[in-house]
Amino acid sequence: MSDSPVAVEQHGPELLHHFVDAEQQRDAASLGMWLFLATEIMFFGGMFCAYLIYRFWYYNEFAAGSRSLDIWLGTINTAVLICSSLTVALGVRAAQMGKRKLLVILLLLTIVFGFAFLGIKGVEWYDKYKEHHIPGPSFNVDDLVKAYPQIHIDQQHEQIYFSLYFAMTGLHALHMIIGVGIFAFLTYYAWKRRYTPKYYTPIEMGGLYWHFVDIIWIYLFPLLYLIDRKPLR
Amino acid sequence: MSSKFYYTIWIALLCLTVITAAVSFVDLGRFNTVIALVIATFKALLVVLFFMHVKYTSEKLTKTVIVAAIFWLLLLLLLSMADYTTRLLA
Repeated sequence: MSDSPVAVEQHGPELLHHFVDAEQQRDAASLGMWLFLATEIMFFGGMFCAYLIYRFWYYNEFAAGSRSLDIWLGTINTAVLICSSLTVALGVRAAQMGKRKLLVILLLLTIVFGFAFLGIKGVEWYDKYKEHHIPGPSFNVDDLVKAYPQIHIDQQHEQIYFSLYFAMTGLHALHMIIGVGIFAFLTYYAWKRRYTPKYYTPIEMGGLYWHFVDIIWIYLFPLLYLIDRKPLR
Repeated sequence: MSSKFYYTIWIALLCLTVITAAVSFVDLGRFNTVIALVIATFKALLVVLFFMHVKYTSEKLTKTVIVAAIFWLLLLLLLSMADYTTRLLA
């Protein structure tokens, strides 16, 4: 190739032939990821819109339902996700600097935080199951009616709050499960030395997804847990 | 970026989480919701700008996509609420 009239750039096997150079390939991946996240915002946006409308209509039931959630577990889970976002951000940095072992450790830590979040969420859902707060034939909120005599609670409207609670936290948990899967994949290939300081786009893109899921929870936490916690008069 | 910087953002996010949980127990009337959403938005901004590196990206296209996504979301929420909150006024 030495007498080729076109300058041939040296590059690794990760550069696909339809890209001019590694930078263009990375920018294309980044744009694609952000476009995907924009569709995700609209995906969750539909639920946030439903939430907003019903909260406006049935504020009392939303307040009572919010009080019935465990604020401690909710706060701890928020902290767990924030810690996982830190390990992801540090992981991308480790990949940038080519620190393979540190990257693998940080990716594994992220997965551990992901499972911790899902475990705590599972405990909360199981509590709701025991309390008959899962929408369906056995749904019953007599305990809430008794606990908060100051709040007028309509059984059917309360069911809407819990339907939205399970739909929103469920969809978020599904994203977490997918995220753990993606990070297991990233960990495997990081261990196999696929990523170098010149090529770590998958770590970056996986990180963007993980941070996005964290942001969804940052909004779900106040909207579901903190609607009305002030002392009742 | 130094790892110290990421730790600072992490501490800020944890503090804001504790603050938002604690403030919800204080009776501020309507402002409880306002404060909760302002803190959540501030936390989201910290994550987007620093953990997702949007503040340091040179790609205008990325920023355009983000602004467009927020604009679409606000269209969805604001126009829907403009309908539902004014139905009883008719």
